[in-house]
Amino acid sequence: MSGLHITLAAEELFSIWGLPVTNTLLTVWVVIALLLLAGYLVGRRVRLIPGKVQNAFEMLFEFVFNYIEETLGSRALAERFFPLIVTLFLFIFAANLFEFLPFVESIGIRHGEEFIPLLRSANTDLNVTLALALIVFLTIEITGVVVLGFLKYWSKFVNLKGGVLGFLIGLIEFVSNLARLISFSFRLFGNIFAGGILIAVAVAFVPLLLPVPIMLFETFVGLIQAAIFSLLTLAFIKIAITEPHGH
Amino acid sequence: MDIESAKIIGMALAVGLGVIGPGIGIGLVVGKALEAMGRNPEASGQIQTTMFIGVAFTEALAIFALVIGFILKYS
Repeated sequence: MSGLHITLAAEELFSIWGLPVTNTLLTVWVVIALLLLAGYLVGRRVRLIPGKVQNAFEMLFEFVFNYIEETLGSRALAERFFPLIVTLFLFIFAANLFEFLPFVESIGIRHGEEFIPLLRSANTDLNVTLALALIVFLTIEITGVVVLGFLKYWSKFVNLKGGVLGFLIGLIEFVSNLARLISFSFRLFGNIFAGGILIAVAVAFVPLLLPVPIMLFETFVGLIQAAIFSLLTLAFIKIAITEPHGH
Repeated sequence: MDIESAKIIGMALAVGLGVIGPGIGIGLVVGKALEAMGRNPEASGQIQTTMFIGVAFTEALAIFALVIGFILKYS
């Protein structure tokens, strides 16, 4: 097992004014640049009579928009949350696929005995997924407060009308809301990190042919995790704007 | 047994045992959702959304096991 190189934390490449720049941070910026480029190329020539590429993108986005509208039940809300949810999906999906490009995790610098890859899959760093989870968490809570009003939203958690049982259920609701931070970030991190290790193990033991189906499976996992992250965001926003029971 | 090996064994046990329950749970959730979709295909969209929420809540327990594993290993 000596050939297996597994590190939990992202490696520091260099630091700017004391701020460490890790390889996952570099990957995040590369992915953002690629997405910006793709957005520019697709949005450069938007016409009223769409071409093939524009047509495909429009169909895709229309499908997603209709789904969001159906779930939230209002066009105004869908228009408000569509950019966030689709951005989350595109970023996570692109970051997960980026892992499978040939130069990622293989080109790097050597520090004595240690090899530090220049680029490393973004979601194998807990900081990245935790940042995404924080964005989602704050969005959900603020949406709940804005749509329902502060007192009404908090009456979901501090329930004084429903007796002891109601109060306990409110408490559980509160804890499970906080636990979303953990579950959101660790779900994405765990899946992608485990996938990377699975591929590394397969490459170390059976380098011939076996890694190919596993990598195929991992691209599928990357798609599913991106979809789950954005779907759950949507579902929790839906829960946050639903009126509390028992009134 | 020194403390390092005990930690590693504890981590493996926590994660390994911790994912059994959620594994069964997710199987039940998805199985029932598929059953419902088979009976009433028009409602599949709504069932799917609810299923994903259910899966997320169930899976969160497995994630807690993973977190406990990390805490054991790195403290």
